[in-house]
Amino acid sequence: MTAGAVTTARAAPGGPAHRPLDASLGAQLRRADRGRQIRALLLVAPLLLFLFVNFALPLVLMLAKSIDGREEARALARTGAALASWDGRSAVPDAAAKALVADLGDLRGTPALSMVANRLNYDVNGMRSLVLKTARRLPPSGDATLAALGSIDPLWQRPEQWAAVLRATDRITSFHVLAAVDARRDPAGGITMLPPQQGVMREIFLRTFWIASVVTLACIVLGYPVAYLIASATPGWASVMMMAVLLPFWTSLLVRTSAWVVLLQTNGIVNKGLQGLGLTSAPVPLVFNRTGAYIALIHVLLPFMILPIYSIMKSVKPDYVRAAVSLGASPVTAFRRVYLPLTLPGLASGTLLVFVSALGFYITPALIGGAGDQMIGFFIAYYINDTVNWGMAAALGGLLLLSTAVVFLVYTWLAGSSSPAWRS
Amino acid sequence: MAGGLLVAGLAELSAVSLARNGRNAASLPQRAFTIGLHTFGWGVLLFLVLPLLVVVPLSFNAGSFLTYPLSGISGRWYADLAASPSWSKAFRNSFFVGIITTVLATGLGTAAALGIKRLGAGRAKWISLVILSPIIVPVVITAVGVYFLYAPFGLVSSFTGLILAHTVLAAPFVVITVAATLDGFDPNLLRAAASCGASPFVAFRRVMLPLIMPGVVSGAIFAFAISFDDIVMALFLAGPEQRTLPVQMFNGVREEISPTITAAATLLVVLAVILLGIVEYLRKRSRRLGIAAADAGQH
Amino acid sequence: MRVGIITTCALSVLAAVAVMRPGEASARDLTVAAWGGSSQAAQKKLYYAPFSAKTGTRIVEDSWSGGIGILRTKVQGGNANWDLVQVEADELNLGCEEGLFEKLDWTALGGRERFVPGAAHECGVGSVVWTTGLVYDANRFKDGPKNWVDFWDLKRFPGKRALRKGPKYTLEAALMADGVEPKDVYKVLRTPAGVDRAFKKLDEIKKDVVWWTAGAQGPQLLASGEVALANIYASRALSANRSDGRNFKVVWNQSVYAIDYFVILKGSPNRAKAVELLSFMTQPEVQKDFPGEANQGITTIAANKQVPKAVSANLPTDPENEAVALALDVDFWVDNVDQLTQRFNAWASR
Repeated sequence: MTAGAVTTARAAPGGPAHRPLDASLGAQLRRADRGRQIRALLLVAPLLLFLFVNFALPLVLMLAKSIDGREEARALARTGAALASWDGRSAVPDAAAKALVADLGDLRGTPALSMVANRLNYDVNGMRSLVLKTARRLPPSGDATLAALGSIDPLWQRPEQWAAVLRATDRITSFHVLAAVDARRDPAGGITMLPPQQGVMREIFLRTFWIASVVTLACIVLGYPVAYLIASATPGWASVMMMAVLLPFWTSLLVRTSAWVVLLQTNGIVNKGLQGLGLTSAPVPLVFNRTGAYIALIHVLLPFMILPIYSIMKSVKPDYVRAAVSLGASPVTAFRRVYLPLTLPGLASGTLLVFVSALGFYITPALIGGAGDQMIGFFIAYYINDTVNWGMAAALGGLLLLSTAVVFLVYTWLAGSSSPAWRS
Repeated sequence: MAGGLLVAGLAELSAVSLARNGRNAASLPQRAFTIGLHTFGWGVLLFLVLPLLVVVPLSFNAGSFLTYPLSGISGRWYADLAASPSWSKAFRNSFFVGIITTVLATGLGTAAALGIKRLGAGRAKWISLVILSPIIVPVVITAVGVYFLYAPFGLVSSFTGLILAHTVLAAPFVVITVAATLDGFDPNLLRAAASCGASPFVAFRRVMLPLIMPGVVSGAIFAFAISFDDIVMALFLAGPEQRTLPVQMFNGVREEISPTITAAATLLVVLAVILLGIVEYLRKRSRRLGIAAADAGQH
Repeated sequence: MRVGIITTCALSVLAAVAVMRPGEASARDLTVAAWGGSSQAAQKKLYYAPFSAKTGTRIVEDSWSGGIGILRTKVQGGNANWDLVQVEADELNLGCEEGLFEKLDWTALGGRERFVPGAAHECGVGSVVWTTGLVYDANRFKDGPKNWVDFWDLKRFPGKRALRKGPKYTLEAALMADGVEPKDVYKVLRTPAGVDRAFKKLDEIKKDVVWWTAGAQGPQLLASGEVALANIYASRALSANRSDGRNFKVVWNQSVYAIDYFVILKGSPNRAKAVELLSFMTQPEVQKDFPGEANQGITTIAANKQVPKAVSANLPTDPENEAVALALDVDFWVDNVDQLTQRFNAWASR
């Protein structure tokens, strides 16, 4: 049981292949082989089809949603056409004001009005109430001018609001994807980054990667020695220790997370213990902050590090290290030059598993972290469940997917370029 | 290669065989190192287990404070749990979704694992990568996509949607587990059966199925555990009618950590012990059977 | 033979599943979402359970903690799995304007004039009158805080503070802590400088704040000692005093009060049943016991007259409490809740 549990080649050819082949027998064999391949594919097909519909299609749909601006474009079709030649800086033509009044007139009283208003509000704060207010007091379309809109609210005199309207009329929009990295397109077509105090997404991405890195590093430091301890123990002790790794692995995530909330609360067991031992006089804040999030995340992900390392360590023959030591290498050198390289593949797959899982985590930080400890997954859920900003959720999801893919590719590349010495 | 490694890592999760060679740290001469390693290692293992074990006694606390010493032993929180319609409904929902998911995922996954074994190496590699990708892609992303897909069909806030989504998460684990068992299966046994005059179907039923059955059951248990444990999909796809146990706990922890939650947590720890026990038993049995069969095959 | 056993097992499992199948009827049960904790427990006891017993209509309960976005998601996202929802006044107005709620037929509900001013709306029926204010554990502070200036005083009252994770009644408290008179709070908040001032004031205690989301968390945070002072719903604190033997004290001075409403989500398949439940809940005979149970005010004139003085002293509707409190400015929040929530989230998450 090492690499390739699933990917091992098909069974070795049987007896007849050893005979010298004549042409017809070869053709027969090829046909038999093709038949076997087709039967095998038929066995795989139901799951592939199922995953295509319920997994691949949803991912494609999500990526499409992040650039889909058709609904808004349709709702603001006339305005979009009227603004097409506008340069983004000069005064907005009256025709655009007239078109907007006509569009809003059609939207009034339909759910599409709030959809458009919300979409504009994601872009420029305050546009929601501006649009709804304007829709309530629409001037008669005949004499709809910029000045008439300006008398409803002077904000219509400013190009920023119109630039937002223009941005909302693209059928395929980069708005959400750019917003997911705190950027936006200016009317001239360039891309500008938001000032730091307005944008939070970059910080959240950095935070997500930082937390995932800290957790992964901690899991390596904690997991590698434990894996070694288990791999080198007698079978009896090894099974006891393995139970300690597998029990949390099999226990519900919610149980593990809530256990930590119970333990780490201000008047919880850990704090009572610390005070009882005289280590601290006042309770230490351990929950609803980064410390709590780290502890719980490490606890949840540690088995994912220990198990792959352990499985590789088990396949490493102790003779190698012994040989190195008997050839005069110090134990440290033997470890660094022989044992570590041999166990590196396990370490690498553990690191990949932990890091990728940590990137996508949101339940544990949501329950045990503070407002400043939430990771990207939390915001994806927030944009779906607490607002209807599907485009933003999709864009963030796409970026997270991209990050995962990059991590995975880097891993493949690193694993592919290093020689698989451990296969010995 | 990377896929294979990942698969190996994941496969180990299900089929960890305990260390057999009794080599210990004696090859490294420093005693201090050994002592340090043991202290550190056992410390980490305690860190892994203790939080779960500490919660168990608290659920029997007579008082409502979640701290030691216990103010008395009582089953009142379990009575609370049993009396609460929302908790018992959550239990029912979780088992219902879990069992249907298990049946679906085990069927799809076992067939796929059998198919992959018979495919050429190149194809098998790519197909396994595709099949295993739901494990690699963060669940929250899959959940968002599935939400977009299901919403227009009214499958959000339905058992059907939740079960389908759970099957996506669970099936890859069945594939891994069954494929791992197939790895230990000697194809010569099927040929032997055929040479004794058994039809392919009989050979499969009488020879192969009994041998891979432990793997299939382990895979099924994995599938059940995945569904039973999932919260992310459930938060997106379950309405109040479909609320599962993890969602109920999530809401509970967010509102207030009550001893009732520790009672539910204790029941789930017990369930984990049972599932883990079955899987370990099957794994050992499977190895014994595999070895016995291999011995028989060599005659 | 083994296959036979397995088949039998599989069949019996499926049979068991069929038996425990949790009733996925095509028409789902009437689903009511309220705010959890003591308030929802009282609603269940006095409203839902008797209603179910009387009419045979099954009621599924859910709880939430507000947010117009959630309602938009439910209605616009094709996932409206709630029928009746208790919303805050700004959500009522926004949602009504956006077409998220069904319009109500007030003649079927017995007429608007049965209700206290402001409780009858074209989209919603007033359900409770609530207060949020400064609450502390009187066992911890003998001479407790009297106003929001004290709340910000980390020296005199050491310990963490609990505030709602959102701008509503957090910004009000911050301005009052900065010396703004209650009557001027919304005047100041309507200016951009006033909003900046509130956030700046919040910066002072930001690292000492524990943010709560669900109303039931408030008393829990105080009880566990996690926080020393809290801006939470008065009703929850008073309920904890009664049910849990706590000694929480509500500072009515500078508290904020408002009406919550029940609304019917647009497109609800259980609309008729929801209206039936609304009429049941607003019968004075049914409603009059609610304040004693939940420590929240009620909305029909006739029921209010039947509330004993001992109970009403703990209600925001009591004249003495009302005199020192601040009414939530619904119009302000209708106009600004989206913007300020966005700004608040950005501020809080860094």
